Amino acid sequence: MKVRLRELQPFDKEAAEAAIKHDHGLHPHDEYLKPGRIPHIWCPGCGLGVVLTTFIEAMRRKNITPDQCAVVSGIGCTGRVAGYLNMDTYHTTHGRAIPFATGLALAKPDLHVTVFSGDGDLFAIGGNHMIHAARRNVNLKVICVNNFNYGMTGGQVAPTTPLGAKTSTTPRGNAEPGFNLPHLAHAAGAVYVARWTTFHPRQLVHSISQTFDKTGFTFVEAIAPCPTGYGRPNKLGAGLDEMKFYGEHSEIRNGAPPGDAEIELRGKIVVGTFIDVDRPDFLTSYNSRIVSAAQAKGKQKEKVKIA
Amino acid sequence: MKFWRLPLDAEAHSIPQGEVRIIESRCKGCGFCIEFCPNGCLKVSKRFNSKGYHPPELVFQAEDCVECGLCTLICPEFAIFTQLKEPKKITEEDIQRVTTRFSRKDKRYLRR
Ligand SMILES: Cc1ncc(C[n+]2csc(CCOP(=O)(O)OP(=O)(O)O)c2C)c(N)n1
Ligand code: SF4
Ligand code: SF4
Ligand code: SF4
Repeated sequence: MKVRLRELQPFDKEAAEAAIKHDHGLHPHDEYLKPGRIPHIWCPGCGLGVVLTTFIEAMRRKNITPDQCAVVSGIGCTGRVAGYLNMDTYHTTHGRAIPFATGLALAKPDLHVTVFSGDGDLFAIGGNHMIHAARRNVNLKVICVNNFNYGMTGGQVAPTTPLGAKTSTTPRGNAEPGFNLPHLAHAAGAVYVARWTTFHPRQLVHSISQTFDKTGFTFVEAIAPCPTGYGRPNKLGAGLDEMKFYGEHSEIRNGAPPGDAEIELRGKIVVGTFIDVDRPDFLTSYNSRIVSAAQAKGKQKEKVKIA
Repeated sequence: MKFWRLPLDAEAHSIPQGEVRIIESRCKGCGFCIEFCPNGCLKVSKRFNSKGYHPPELVFQAEDCVECGLCTLICPEFAIFTQLKEPKKITEEDIQRVTTRFSRKDKRYLRR
């Protein structure tokens, strides 16, 4: 039998660009999105798109233009955010979003540097970077999308997976308790700590826009449905059912001590803005202690030379 | 509760009205906008879009959209947004409707 191959069509760049032009700009948020990147790769019913929308909405509310802002993300489904936003973004290696962003924030102090990453990226492989950046109070805005598992690699157990929850690597239920992220961020020294779910998009916009006004290390946890990795093994249903579940099980308690915000499988989820304090950030105290002291010493030496 | 007349300051207020725009080809049919629209303006359509999902469509009470913006905010796909139309003057009918509104779970809601 003779196999007939279809003739290969050369990639039509013009047609592709025309298609991008046709689709891009239809939505008011498209000015913040890279042309041609939508539709994104996230599953139907995934909450990541909601968190991205709330971030864009917060920027619009605060009149922050894309050139005043930079976004750094790690690896994972959440890490893809860096590829979609039409501004200076960087998709770092796994877990290293915070070290990269720290350098950026110190070199460019006027920039709003936001770290947008997943729970596995920020608290498993990147856990140490996270706590030390919070301790030093580096001027970073961290948005952690918590979907209770490693979504991208196939729904493995994460440091946030609640006790007893099933994942692809804990088919009989997780034997370890998960982190309470707001409590951890607070204990490490964050100046602003909030937690919302994607069922609370307006509150999420409010919290993210508040972080644009703060200097120092801010932490916003956004609990998002992951129907593919977490919803299916735990019988939470589709993304919409998981959204409704978070709506029904969350309890808004602004100002509650973050220690009370422990998450249990099928238990209630305490949400709210927990911490909002002020403390000198890393760059300020570095400038006032080290740089000014060095400058004073340099001036003294100059005086000696002149004399 | 039933109001027997229009409130005296009704002239001073108006109802914002939104026009819902749906970019069907982007929708992945998650249903968030349909479920969470506070006024129940949207429903699942029978059509398929180019990806094979059912995009939302407007129901007959579509004039109920008050441009609250929740659908824009909750859509993960940047597939739906609203635009503000001319605000509407409050009429007696609106007052009756709002004060006798049924919950969305109520069967009478759809017959409204
Ligand atoms: C150094 C390194 N180790 C492991 C991986 C594999 N890996 C890719 S994504 C990921 C987990 C991401 O999980 P999370 O941060 O929770 O993001 P999600 O996908 O859930 O949004 C892992 C372990 C990698 N890419 N690089
Ligand atoms: S695997 Fe989970 S987190 Fe990743 S895109 Fe799918 S639903 Fe979203
Ligand atoms: S703007 Fe509000 S009322 Fe109008 S369709 Fe969207 S969610 Fe419904
Ligand atoms: S929220 Fe967006 S993606 Fe989901 S059904 Fe509505 S328009 Fe489609």
